[in-house]
Amino acid sequence: MLRLERITKRFGELVAVNDLSLNVAAGSICAVIGPNGAGKSTVFNMVSGVYRPGAGEIFFEDARIDAWPSHRIAAAGIARTFQNIRLFSFMAAIDNVLAGEDAHLHARLWDSLLHTPRQRREEKAARERARDLLRFVGLEGVAQTYARNLPYGSQRRLEIARALASRPKLLLLDEPAAGMNPREKGELADLVAAIRERGITVMLIEHDMGLVMRVSDEITVLDYGERIASGKPAEIRNDPRVVAAYLGTAVA
Amino acid sequence: MIYAYFLVAIAVIAVAQRLPDIRVKRALFLLLGAALLCAPLFDRNDATFNVLADAGIFVLLALGLNIVVGFAGLLDLGYAAFFAIGAYTYAMMASPLFNLHLPFWLLLFLAAAFAAVFGIILGAPTLRLRGDYLAIVTLGFGEIVPQIFQNLTKYTGGPNGIGALDFPSFFGRSFGQNTIPYYYVVLALIALALFFAYNVRDSRLGRAWMAIREDELAARHMGINTTAVKLAAFALGASFSGLAGVVFAAKLSLVSPDLFQFQVSVLIVSMLVLGGMGNIPGVIVGALVLVLVNNVVLPQANTIAASAGLHVDFGNYHFFIYGAILVGIMLFRPEGLLPSRQRQEELHHAAA
Repeated sequence: MLRLERITKRFGELVAVNDLSLNVAAGSICAVIGPNGAGKSTVFNMVSGVYRPGAGEIFFEDARIDAWPSHRIAAAGIARTFQNIRLFSFMAAIDNVLAGEDAHLHARLWDSLLHTPRQRREEKAARERARDLLRFVGLEGVAQTYARNLPYGSQRRLEIARALASRPKLLLLDEPAAGMNPREKGELADLVAAIRERGITVMLIEHDMGLVMRVSDEITVLDYGERIASGKPAEIRNDPRVVAAYLGTAVA
Repeated sequence: MIYAYFLVAIAVIAVAQRLPDIRVKRALFLLLGAALLCAPLFDRNDATFNVLADAGIFVLLALGLNIVVGFAGLLDLGYAAFFAIGAYTYAMMASPLFNLHLPFWLLLFLAAAFAAVFGIILGAPTLRLRGDYLAIVTLGFGEIVPQIFQNLTKYTGGPNGIGALDFPSFFGRSFGQNTIPYYYVVLALIALALFFAYNVRDSRLGRAWMAIREDELAARHMGINTTAVKLAAFALGASFSGLAGVVFAAKLSLVSPDLFQFQVSVLIVSMLVLGGMGNIPGVIVGALVLVLVNNVVLPQANTIAASAGLHVDFGNYHFFIYGAILVGIMLFRPEGLLPSRQRQEELHHAAA
């Protein structure tokens, strides 16, 4: 579904991602892990169009997307959340989700100005879907609350709902469990599984190993911008290179 | 007497803003509109409606700029340029200058369309800019446009401008020197502008504006085409200004470049800041207050001073007075006189 082919990204002297190739199979939950500064977020930023890779190619469903603007990538079916939550703080939860639906709405300028019947119908249906999504992530009670005023865990879930609103085929979650307590993490794992049940492929950056091991089908480990291992959770757990990268000991 | 109009309008809007029931709110606005419609039947003072029509032109400008600055969060310091484009559209196409005498009503549409096109032309190069940088570039545009009108002497009459503009007519009856017809045109345009502004705010586009104002990068990642959305804001905002320009030019029967200097842009931004950026009733109140100060209070102060034997022209101090008002607002009520719930919370949080 998503294919990275030998992508490299430099920031000045720093090679953030080096000659990385990666395949994400449709329907899977694929985790990218690695120590801080390993280049995980840079990978997400290239896939979602924040940066262009310096070299290499990115394909999504056989379309080459590495030069596309972010909104086009989003419309094509890749949605994301952010490591440091980037909700629309002073918009109601439901309006955050509705903003996520934008690429799938058809109202033109005149429809917006005149509130044509077509615009009203569309808006009503969009609102209905937004409510469904809020229910799906467990936020139905706070639809009218400003995102800024939600508790932290709810903000993370709202960000996921907003991303789902763009009807992604692939969802990129950047450290979704950061700052969550164990109970919230458990709920998050269930949510990620439920998202996959909806037929959405999930790519996940996460430091919480418990969560990663629990939900992932496939794990890729990055260190200094390079892939040092990939495989099933059980294989990764026992890989000496991974242990070394995390604990900083030399590989025997 | 003129004070009564302003104060009643401001009071009704302020009260309506605080009412929770949308139907009562709407009824109050309709009542205010009906009162303004009937007012010329009871009040024969032309000067009053002259001031009110001018106030209405500024309300229109404030509503337009509110779309760009208040809704989309794009600080535009050159908004008077579009006002000028609207006014010159009328002046060039309904005057002896080219012997073109197109009808006022057609030119309203044409000017709105022209201004929108220029909104896009001037907006396009600024798409990557935000905040201070955007403000500086738009400020530049605001300077360039009157300069062009001033220097294209052959087409615009240069520094002297264009005079003897046609009086508009309505079903064959010329407006002539009456102010009442302009007053009604302005009321109608405000009603139209309000209809558009409220609708667009509660729509896909309004939501997208809010989103880019809050976090442009996130908005882009949610699939919002930020380029198209920003250009729509510039175009729509400019078109309101184009309408205002046509009425302004026709009413004055004269345009000249010095009517559209930077201070006009500043004045309109001040109206938004004073009233409450992003909140439609708020910016109307902001416009009314500043026009009241500028067109009523200051001239009266002059008269009073003159009768006391003092020779001061308070008109020369109007920037000083705006400045004082703005500083006061920033100190005591930074969200403006009638803020939106959003803005109030934003500033509340920022302070916390």
